[in-house]
Amino acid sequence: MKSLYTWSAILAIVFASVIGDVLLARAMKQVGDVGALWRRAGLGVVIGRTLGNPNFLFGVTAMAVAFFSLLFALSWGDVSLVAPAAASLTFIGNAVAAKIFLHEKVDRRRWIAASLVAAGVALLAG
Amino acid sequence: MLSHGMKQTGSISLNHLQGVIFAVLNPWVAVGILLLLAFFATYMTALSWADLTYVLPATSLGYVLLALVARFVLHEHVSPLRWLGIALITGGVGFVAGGPALTTHPHTAAPVDEPCAVAASPLLAKDARNGAPGVEL
Repeated sequence: MKSLYTWSAILAIVFASVIGDVLLARAMKQVGDVGALWRRAGLGVVIGRTLGNPNFLFGVTAMAVAFFSLLFALSWGDVSLVAPAAASLTFIGNAVAAKIFLHEKVDRRRWIAASLVAAGVALLAG
Repeated sequence: MLSHGMKQTGSISLNHLQGVIFAVLNPWVAVGILLLLAFFATYMTALSWADLTYVLPATSLGYVLLALVARFVLHEHVSPLRWLGIALITGGVGFVAGGPALTTHPHTAAPVDEPCAVAASPLLAKDARNGAPGVEL
């Protein structure tokens, strides 16, 4: 029963952080090149345009949900399970979500990279 | 060079992200939050330049750094399995950083490069430069 709770919380972390990452990435693509914008309009405009972007706000909210899901998961399960499982599944989920929602060109090179990193993180955080 | 700097900054802060999880109630929490903010700002900046599937594996170098700090600064034991994990992450990051991924960078992306990358970032960047709202693709 406890492991069911733990895995539900892990899935919640993965979902929330993937959604958060995708929204944040989309927000920053809408804001545009931060370096160029800073040179042209100043840091205030960069910050204002970023904080005023709805995708950014939803993304940060999703990240907060992910963080609290992490706290729940840690209260139910061991950190040696929660940390690697959540982190490595997030990498895979992000690759899938970036392809579907951001229309990024996730070629074979990036799939291999995501898988290697996910496996490595699972080993390292375990 | 810029993205390399961003990655390093992001990685270092990611260590503290781990630290904060393991020790929420320590006196360094203010420093941790500041570093998290710095991580977040640089992460956002990196995302404005490159694809999510490019930035994310790169930030995972933070895990490698964490393990190396644990080994050489804190003198913790790092098991062979964890060294394998370090090798896998490093290999994965090398994979994504080594090739066409760099063409997603708006500054280096030529019009003939990856069609998706050209469609996604430089158009939007150009659009933002003209002061128009972002285009939904």
